[in-house]
Amino acid sequence: MDINFKKVVIIDYHLGNLYSVKQACDTVGIYAEISSNREDILNADALILPGVGAFIEAMNNLKNFGLDTAIQTKVNGGTPIFGICLGQQLLFTESEEFGAGKGLDLISGVIKRFPESIEDRKVKVPHIAWNTIFKFNQEWNNTALKDLNNNDFMYFIHSYYVKPNDDACILTLTNYDGIEFCSAILSNNIFATQFHPEKSADKGISIYKNWALINNLL
Amino acid sequence: MKTIRIIPRLDIKGPNLVKGIHLEGLRVLGKPSDFAKYYYEQGADELMFMDVVASLYERNSLHDIISETAKSIFIPITVGGGLRSISDIKEVLRVGADKVCLNTAAIKNPQLIRDASRMFGSSTIVVAIEAIRESNGTYLAYTDNGREYTGVDVFQWAQQIDELGAGEIVITSVDREGTGQGYDLELISRITNLVGIPVIAHGGAGKQAHVVDALKGGNISSAMISSLFHYHFIKENESRASSLEGNVEFLNQKRSFHTFEPCSIEDVKGTLKSNQIDCRL
Repeated sequence: MDINFKKVVIIDYHLGNLYSVKQACDTVGIYAEISSNREDILNADALILPGVGAFIEAMNNLKNFGLDTAIQTKVNGGTPIFGICLGQQLLFTESEEFGAGKGLDLISGVIKRFPESIEDRKVKVPHIAWNTIFKFNQEWNNTALKDLNNNDFMYFIHSYYVKPNDDACILTLTNYDGIEFCSAILSNNIFATQFHPEKSADKGISIYKNWALINNLL
Repeated sequence: MKTIRIIPRLDIKGPNLVKGIHLEGLRVLGKPSDFAKYYYEQGADELMFMDVVASLYERNSLHDIISETAKSIFIPITVGGGLRSISDIKEVLRVGADKVCLNTAAIKNPQLIRDASRMFGSSTIVVAIEAIRESNGTYLAYTDNGREYTGVDVFQWAQQIDELGAGEIVITSVDREGTGQGYDLELISRITNLVGIPVIAHGGAGKQAHVVDALKGGNISSAMISSLFHYHFIKENESRASSLEGNVEFLNQKRSFHTFEPCSIEDVKGTLKSNQIDCRL
């Protein structure tokens, strides 16, 4: 392996499917390694924080492995991070879920659950669907979304969504059954999506490629 | 926006893609990865792989097919058949599945749904209900691809699945499955009205209008389809059966049952769009 390769660590805190995240990295030429090791994270050139499952269990695992402070140190020092689904939510201050408590607090805001109904109408939760993402506040030209068009479809599977305190970090919005929520954020070195780019066919894979290009990881 | 999903279902027996009628009488159609790749290129929203003999023989032989598929197919993959424990689920997720589908083991031990949802997240756990309409009009849940009687009422079971924390339900009408007579709309709409989680309709699609009928109300989240797409694939592609087990003569004649009007995923989605049903096209 060429020593000059930029190393990306896919953070493994023992929840969810990392296989497809790794496959997406391999496909676009990102040299990525799956790791639960604090030292690996501290030595990484960039981080990917994936995840499926419960917020509380995820934070507990990150703390038990000593990864929470490693991620905070790196991201505060300017290392690029790409959060996916639960990985996006973990970057926020806290969850409104009962007993879930604090997140990594790298982005100021809260995690909310979709309501079970709006007026008399039932809302199916989880939101499991291909849904559209549209622009809000920021143009996509110089972002990981640069090959996408407004209202392109991405794959979502979640019951909770993020609500940033400062709208300026919102990169995309999505509307599920009348509920508009933030579906991607960009704030300096922090990029994160509620949808799963690695499950969103060619357009999704372009997000991995462009994130890596923008951050000089290829 | 509320979009529906079109999910091709691939029933697997050993190395082969198979298709039955009422989940029985399996016919070998070809190599699963050929069909999976074609459906991905055609705009499938997810894929479902079901090891249809796994419960019967208490084994799971799907792992190689899954990890091969997940290398080049970037849409969600759900895997079912013969998953009996947390460690079975963990193993299938490790080789590249995004979601797992439980049936037999969940009816025998409903607590498995709760444990699995807590451990892997609700959205990872799909529960399949194989429903058979009894002569008195009730619907009972069966297991092992419609072979084993349980006596469990389908509607009570659906509510219990929701309460136990599953993320989705696939409701199969065993009576309609493989027949092309259309979905059992009464069964499916009763289930979806009873639960708060998304419901996937399965069993009976014989033409595009059947899919429209199932999805036009807006409450059913997805349609799972096999025969319509499989027979279309066979018409469009050289049959590439991975063994000579199948009825090769039948496949080479590119016939399908007269009850089906084979169509592509793009055809179905186009028809849905023209009926004002939103989907990714």
